[in-house]
Amino acid sequence: MTSNNDMKSQIRELITPLKGQQIVLIPALQAVQEKMGYLPREAMEEIGELAGVSPNTVYGVASFYAQFRYIKPGKHMIKVCLGTACHVCGAMSIVDSLERELHIKEGETTKDENFSLESVRCFGSCALAPVVVVDNDVYGNVTGPKALETIKKYQ
Amino acid sequence: MNFSEIQGKAKAEWNSLWHGNKPLILVGLATCGMAAGGNATMQAVKEELAKRKIDAHVIPVGCLGLCYLEPLVDIIKPGHPRICYSRVAKEKVAELIEDYLVKDNPRPDLALGTIGEGTVQGIPKFFDLPMLKPQVRIILDRCGTIDADNIYHYIANGGYAGLNKALTMQPDDIITQVEKAGLRGRGGAGFPTSKKWQEARRSKATPKFVVCNADEGDPGAFMNRSVLEGDPHSLLEGMAIAGYAIGTSHGYIYVRAEYPLAVKRLKTAIEQAKGLNLLGKNILGGGFSFDIEIMQGAGAFVCGEGSALMYSIEGKRGMPRVRPPRSVESGLWGLPTSLNNVETFANAPNIVVKGGDWFAGYGTKDSKGTKTFALTGKINRPGLIEVPLGITLRQIVYEVGGGIPNSKPFKAIQTGGPSGGCIPENLLDTPVDFENLARVGSIMGSGGMVVMDTDTCMVDTARYFLAFCRDESCGKCVPCREGLPLMIDMMERVTQGRGKPEDIDHLNELGKTIIGSALCGLGTSAPNPVLTSIRYFREEWEAHVNEKRCPALVCKELINFFILPDKCSGCGICARACPVDAITGGKRMVHVVDQVKCIKCGTCLEKCPTKFNAVKKVSGETVEVPKEPVPVAAAAGAK
Repeated sequence: MTSNNDMKSQIRELITPLKGQQIVLIPALQAVQEKMGYLPREAMEEIGELAGVSPNTVYGVASFYAQFRYIKPGKHMIKVCLGTACHVCGAMSIVDSLERELHIKEGETTKDENFSLESVRCFGSCALAPVVVVDNDVYGNVTGPKALETIKKYQ
Repeated sequence: MNFSEIQGKAKAEWNSLWHGNKPLILVGLATCGMAAGGNATMQAVKEELAKRKIDAHVIPVGCLGLCYLEPLVDIIKPGHPRICYSRVAKEKVAELIEDYLVKDNPRPDLALGTIGEGTVQGIPKFFDLPMLKPQVRIILDRCGTIDADNIYHYIANGGYAGLNKALTMQPDDIITQVEKAGLRGRGGAGFPTSKKWQEARRSKATPKFVVCNADEGDPGAFMNRSVLEGDPHSLLEGMAIAGYAIGTSHGYIYVRAEYPLAVKRLKTAIEQAKGLNLLGKNILGGGFSFDIEIMQGAGAFVCGEGSALMYSIEGKRGMPRVRPPRSVESGLWGLPTSLNNVETFANAPNIVVKGGDWFAGYGTKDSKGTKTFALTGKINRPGLIEVPLGITLRQIVYEVGGGIPNSKPFKAIQTGGPSGGCIPENLLDTPVDFENLARVGSIMGSGGMVVMDTDTCMVDTARYFLAFCRDESCGKCVPCREGLPLMIDMMERVTQGRGKPEDIDHLNELGKTIIGSALCGLGTSAPNPVLTSIRYFREEWEAHVNEKRCPALVCKELINFFILPDKCSGCGICARACPVDAITGGKRMVHVVDQVKCIKCGTCLEKCPTKFNAVKKVSGETVEVPKEPVPVAAAAGAK
C-alpha cells in the first residue's frame, strides 16, 4: 500500500512540469486523474499547496466538473451512453439491468473492484445507439440482456 | 519556404499519392469509423496487401458522414476513378482486394459510389446518391478525403490559401467580406460574426484573444468532432484569420476532454503548422504572429456558454456571469475576446479566398451558407450532413435521412438539443434557418437533430432533456437552480401516472417564467423542449394525466406486460430470463407475469421467440390472462 507521503510526492511529480507562472487547476487535476484514475484527497492538498490556494478551493473547482471522480475506479469501466439518440433507443433500461446485476448504482464500483459503472452524455456514435463502452471496446445496438452478456467477458 | 513553395511541395506529394502508379486505399478512421470496426479493417487491409506483396499506399481519413455505412474504404487504382465501398468489415477485405486489385473486378455489388472524375459501369456517382444529392459540402469538403495528420494534404486541397491571402489584405476588408457573406455564429445563437470581430477589433484594451468553442456538449451532436478529427487545419486557419482581423496573436481552443482523438489531431496539426511557419512568429514573413493553445474541458455543459467557458479556461468553476459587459469588451481575464464556434472559424478561409458574395449565394435572405447537422434517432440513415440553410425538415428527414426505420410513422424532430424544441409532422415543411426554427418554438442550436417515431413518448423525451439541463445547471441563479427541479418533479408525477390536470398549465407557466428570468443561455432555453412538447403534443400529456396511459408505451409506471395464453407455448425462456423472477409457469404451461413483482424491464418481450410472439406490452388497458399457470392445451382448448 502506498503511504500518504509517497502519494503526495507522486502527485507533485505529475504537476510540477505544468507549473509555468501559475498552476492552472483544471489541467493539473486532469494530469493527476489520468495517471491515478481518480483524485485522492492528497491531490487536492498537494495541488492547492503548489497553486497557493486552499484544498477547498481545489475541490470546489473539481466538483464542478463531471470528469473528475474521487473513488478509485474498478478494473473495468462500463460506460453507458445516455445521449439523446441512445435515450430515444432505450438506454435507460441498460443502466437498470447493469445496476441490478452488479448490485451497484451508477457512479459506484463493485465490491470486488472489478467493475465501475458510469453514464456519459454522448460518445458521438449515435448511429450505433444505444452504445455501451467497456474499457476501450465500443458495443453498439445494445439492450439490457445483451449488456449482461457482454460484461461476462470481463468477469 | 514561401507559401507557393509550400503549395508546390504539397501538390507534388498529393499528386504522387493520388495519381501515381501505386493503388491508394483510404480507410475511414474517425471515432464513428473506429466504433464500427475501422481499426480491424485497416489492419486487415495492411495484412492482405503484405500477404499478396501488393505495393500500395494506405492512409487513415476522417468521416464522410455516413455513420451507418461504416467502415468505409475507398480504393483508387491507378488510372481508375475513386470507388467508395461501404460496410467493409475485416472479413470482407481479402475478397475485395483480390477481386479489384488482383482481378480487376470493381465489385459494383459492394460499392457505394465513385467520387470525383470518371465513372465505373454499374456504380453510381457518390454525390448523386439520394442522401447526398441535397447536400452541399463546404465544411465537410475535405473530411474523409485527406489524412488529417498530414498538413500537406490540407494545403494541396486549398488549405492555408485563405490565410496567405488574408495577410495581404487590410483587417477591415476581411471583416467586410465576412459581413457580405452574412456568416452567423454556428454555435447556434446566430450572432453575426462580422459584428463580433468588428467590436473585438475596436476594443482598445490589449492583449485580445480569439477563442474557439469546441465544447460540443449537446448530447446527440457530433458535427464539430468530425471537423476536428477529419480536417483540423481548417479550424486553425480560420482562427489565424480571425486573429489577424481582430489584431491579436493569442488563440485558445476549448475542446471537450471526451474527444481524445480530436485533441490529439489538433495537437499534431498545431505542431505541423508551426513547422511550416503558418502559425507562430512572423507568419509567412508577413509580420503577423499567432499562437494557439489547447485547453481541455472537464465535462460541464454550461461551459458552452461564453462567460462560463472563459472562467473555465482561467481554471475556475464554469459559472456564467451577468452580461453586459459582453466578452468582446471583457472576456478572458477581463480582456476583449472573440468567441466563435468551430464551424464559424472553419468557414472563414473559404470566405476570404472566394469572397463573401460566393458564400452568400447559399442559404436564405437572413441565414446564409451551409450548416452541418448530426442526424440521429429513429432514422434510416443516421450520420453527419451538410445542407444549405433554407432546406426543409422534410427534405432532411426523408431525402437525406431516408425516412423512419420499419416504416413507422414520423412523430417529431428535435432540433437544437436540450435547449431546442420538438417539431411535429405538420410543420415538417418549415425551412431550416435561424428565424423559422425560432418561429416554431425551437432553435438552430449547434446542429443536433433527433428524429422520433411513434415509439417515442414526448412527455418522457421532454423530461429527459429537462433533466439533462437540471443536472448541468451551475446553480448560480434561482430560476434555473430551483425552477428546473420543480418542473422535473411535476413531469415525473405525470410520467408516473400521478399527474393532476393543472400540472400541464403550471408547467407552461413555470417554463415561461424561467425563460424570462434565468441568468444565462442554459436556463433561458432549458424549458423549450417542455413548452414545445405541450404545444404540439398536448393530447399525449392529457393521456398521461387523465387516462394514466402512455400512448407510446414508454413510461414504466404506466405500462404492463402480459403473456397471451393463446400464443404461449410454455417454453420457459421468459421465466429464465426474468431478472426478478416475476414469471411463473413450467414446462408446457402458459406462463404468467406477476404484475406486482414485475419491474417492466421488457426482457420477456425481447426474449420471447418471434415465432410465438406471446408477450404483449400495453398501457391503460388490461389483458384477460389466467391468474395462475395453466396447461398450454387447456388454454388452447378454452379458446
